[in-house]
Amino acid sequence: MTTSTNLVYLIALPLFSSALLLLLGRIADKWGHIFATLISASVFAVALIEFFAMQGRDGLARPATQKIFEWISVGSLHVDASLLLDQLSICFVLLISGVGTLIHVYSIAYMSHDHDRRRFFAYLNFFIAAMLLLVLGDSYLNLYVGWEGVGLASYLLIGFWNQKPAYATAAKKAFVANRVGDVGLSLAIMIAFTQFGTVTFAGVKEGAHGASAAALTAIGAALLLAAAGKSAQFPLQSWLGDAMAGPTPVSALIHAATMVTAGVYLITRSNFIFDASPTAQLMVVSVGAITLLFGAVIGTAKDDIKKALAASTMSQIGYMILATGLGPVGYAFAIMHLLTHGFFKAGMFLGAGSVMHGMNDEVNMRRYGAIRKVMPITAATFGLGYLAILGVPPFAGFYSKDKIIETAFNAGGAKGILLGGAALLGAAVTAFYMTRVIVLTFTGTKRWDENAKPHESPILMWAPMAVLALGSVTSGFLLSSGGALVNWLQPIVNENHENHAEEFLPPLVVSLMALVVIAIGVALAVFKYRTVPLVAPTNVSVFTKAARNDLYQDSFNEAVFMRPGQKLTSGLVKTDYKVIDGLLRMIGWIIQTSSTAVRSIQSGFVRSYALIMVLGVLALVVMVWLVTL
Amino acid sequence: MLTSPKLDYALLAPILIILATAILGVLVEAFIKQALRARLQLTISLAGIVIAFEQLYRVRNQGSSMAAITSVSIDGAGIFLQGTILVLAFVGILLIADQDHFAPQASALPGSIEEAAALESGRAQTEVFPLTLFAVSGMMLFPVATDFITLFVALEVLSLPLYLMAGLSRRRRLLSQEAALKYFLLGAYSSAFFLFGAALLYGYSGSLSLNGLTDAIHGGGGNDVFLLLGIAFVSVGLLFKVGAVPFHSWTPDVYQGAPTPITGFMAAATKAAAFGATMRIFYVGLDAAQWSWKPIISVIAVVTMLFGAIAAISQRDIKRILAFSSIAHAGFLLTAVVSLNQSGLAALLFYSVAYGLATLGAFGVVTLIRDSAGEVSDINRWLGLGKKSPLIAATMSLFLLSFAGIPLTSGFVGKFAIFSAAYESGNIYLVVVGVLASAIAVFFYLRIILMLFFADASNDSVSVVIPPLLTRVAIFLSAIVTILLGLAPSILFDVAQNFAYFIR
Repeated sequence: MTTSTNLVYLIALPLFSSALLLLLGRIADKWGHIFATLISASVFAVALIEFFAMQGRDGLARPATQKIFEWISVGSLHVDASLLLDQLSICFVLLISGVGTLIHVYSIAYMSHDHDRRRFFAYLNFFIAAMLLLVLGDSYLNLYVGWEGVGLASYLLIGFWNQKPAYATAAKKAFVANRVGDVGLSLAIMIAFTQFGTVTFAGVKEGAHGASAAALTAIGAALLLAAAGKSAQFPLQSWLGDAMAGPTPVSALIHAATMVTAGVYLITRSNFIFDASPTAQLMVVSVGAITLLFGAVIGTAKDDIKKALAASTMSQIGYMILATGLGPVGYAFAIMHLLTHGFFKAGMFLGAGSVMHGMNDEVNMRRYGAIRKVMPITAATFGLGYLAILGVPPFAGFYSKDKIIETAFNAGGAKGILLGGAALLGAAVTAFYMTRVIVLTFTGTKRWDENAKPHESPILMWAPMAVLALGSVTSGFLLSSGGALVNWLQPIVNENHENHAEEFLPPLVVSLMALVVIAIGVALAVFKYRTVPLVAPTNVSVFTKAARNDLYQDSFNEAVFMRPGQKLTSGLVKTDYKVIDGLLRMIGWIIQTSSTAVRSIQSGFVRSYALIMVLGVLALVVMVWLVTL
Repeated sequence: MLTSPKLDYALLAPILIILATAILGVLVEAFIKQALRARLQLTISLAGIVIAFEQLYRVRNQGSSMAAITSVSIDGAGIFLQGTILVLAFVGILLIADQDHFAPQASALPGSIEEAAALESGRAQTEVFPLTLFAVSGMMLFPVATDFITLFVALEVLSLPLYLMAGLSRRRRLLSQEAALKYFLLGAYSSAFFLFGAALLYGYSGSLSLNGLTDAIHGGGGNDVFLLLGIAFVSVGLLFKVGAVPFHSWTPDVYQGAPTPITGFMAAATKAAAFGATMRIFYVGLDAAQWSWKPIISVIAVVTMLFGAIAAISQRDIKRILAFSSIAHAGFLLTAVVSLNQSGLAALLFYSVAYGLATLGAFGVVTLIRDSAGEVSDINRWLGLGKKSPLIAATMSLFLLSFAGIPLTSGFVGKFAIFSAAYESGNIYLVVVGVLASAIAVFFYLRIILMLFFADASNDSVSVVIPPLLTRVAIFLSAIVTILLGLAPSILFDVAQNFAYFIR
């Protein structure tokens, strides 16, 4: 463990810049975006310095800590505002600040026509600060602050164009769904505190050794709920599609590459809880498997390019969650997929943004077609991302996703076959819907709106896309060559090679199977979308309808939670008014009436006053007599 | 052989200075020409009070139970209460200085030719200053007197000038004179009970002093009927002065009829003096017999708190509302009396300052709200005053909030101290009733604030006169203390705790 003095800058810089831009207001309009981008870049620079410093240290000295101040000291609860940068958090710090900076650059051009560009950048910087706090906090409570911070940033950015009521509603929906998850996190923190008397990661890890299975399962379930909320996992996934109301750079950064992966971070960080509770692990893999299929199926029916990508994000995070539930072997692959996904998904979102930018903000893929001819760079970068997400070797996704499928099969028994099968099926569906996106957008015939004059985006936009595309191509190979990431994370996730399960199938067989199903998916999509009608056909199967409607998740939520909830609140209001208020009004009426009654005693006649006094004296005498009895 | 009694003049000096100032005032009234009188009287009165306070401050740490043989015991509680009464008198005289409230010739019959002539001549009443000082001297003696003769003399010395002063109002003369007469009649009536009770206690113990009474109770052997009836009758006299139910009937009428500055002075200072004496009689003289009177006083405290709070709700006249509010506050203070512990005494000392100054301030504000015919005390005509005179309305609200016991005002701290003392002594039911009564009382205090700020002015609404300088000073001082004691109660509370002791 090393003590560092630089960690605080990672958070302080963007936080300060965000506050500055918000406080200065319109004065900063001219240079705010440049300033925010430079700040983000400097955070990346600090992160790189820390990374190389960490690499230079060995073994146990690698994690660095910094205590900023004593935060809470009440009774037996002591929490310091301390930061911890270890092998796990540095992955995130680099991803957040790196991709964050690229997206800052991209946004300069993308948001150039927006009146409130400065405010947008202030929110982006705030997000960076909150997200870094989330991954740098050394305790669950510090993490919680960042967790809420990113929730706020997400809310503000989804509703950035809140002049459109639908967008404001989307922001609210995301916020509410996230709150449900946040309850899980606070529950987990509280249970951890009552069980272990501490909320630091180190303290909880130590306490988890001797803890009861029930407590660990409860904490694990609560953490999983939190992860499901933040990472749009089943059953709290419904907000992510609507969150696409935010500006596309936001979708790329927050709702694809970083914030939505916070759940994966949370579970990986809490590996000591899940490794000790098979029940919690089972819940995790179930949620992951369900979501990866759920998202993939939804993705097949979406005509809105961003929503299709959002469904894909949901599905890919499902893979990661699935991996984290597979025990020590899975964590590293989850993180690897998270990093590669950060590159290719952010790249594809930026590509989608680039297309929209050239198509008058049209998002309906049925109005695209043949865009590769007018936007070659966008098409190329998007295409590389596409190959990566499919898992075609040697692109990034191949290294990460195949490993997850393989590990799922290795889980053993029926569970292994089920999970591995789900992951494999997911890969096929992924191939189908991603191919659909490509076919509808970049190939085929023009189906543009008359006013659309698509053109390649400026360099500020395509340069970040190119960098991310490079990542989509190489990151998988780099991270997995020689087990680089697995070894790097080994001290955190306790992976040792002895506990490797029996291999269910040789890796090569799994890869081949994956490639075969991917090829089937691609072929199906290409065949089905030879021609594309301008309007989505309505005479479709119930399955298509269900997929178009997000598998009725919204209807379910509305019927099961929203309407009964509304009834409950209106019932409570009525009870409050009739019973509680009624009681109070009755008391008020009694007092008022008795007041009027005693008023008549005050007649104004001195003789009656004297009489009252005499009666009073008599009463006193009687009372004196009574007490002597 | 008769030896002259040994008197400790240093300790008695504050009372004597006030008495001397009052006599000087009488001489001024007789010999100085009218044009100079008002100013001179005011100056003399204020100077007398300041000098008396200065002397009191000098002897603050020299207690003695033998200040005047066995009749007066100057001790911590006595000194604190005397200081309180002097401060209240000082602020009260600042209000009284506005001569507009007083009849030019109180002896003239209402509506008579003499009165019209007196009004026309522009004369002003200045006997009120020496009268006030006489009352103050009685008030200062009352809480330090330790035998029943001295207690009775003090009671009368404080009461008689007040009866007169209640009838001095310039406007609504009949109401004022009626109030004075009622006050006098009922006061005399209750004094008779007090005296009768004292006689019975003498019959029981063979001693007039409180110490002798205690010894007799400890010794036993006396006739318990005398003791018990004596306690009951003495209580009547005391409960009448503090305005506890069922001896409260005079309060609303007198508060309403008396000139408003006098009402303020009377409400604030009499309460401090009477509760001081009550405390001393019960703590020093009757502590040994607490089994007999504690339940009774507790019942009276409960009834008084609830009655005051409930009866105030249906009142429409601000002075009557404040009268019923003062009845409720008497109930709170009785709670402190039955606590029978040092924190109860400390709470009572603190409360008498906090409540006294807020009362003076509130009545001071009432003097300012007028129409062409003088003060308007009908609160329905105060509607929307907050928009016309925000500062005055805000000040009034401050005092009302203090009465209601809202935090950050002195009233909250006072109530809190009293309730915690009662809780400490185990009288939890008194705390419960006290809190309930406070909750009821909040209703009518807040209603006034609502009327001031959240209602539109009606056609026949009133205006606020520009306050005379001294009235302004009085209200300002009261407001400052009300806030200061709410924010930093320990300034006074520590002092009250140090002074909360009796010397037998």
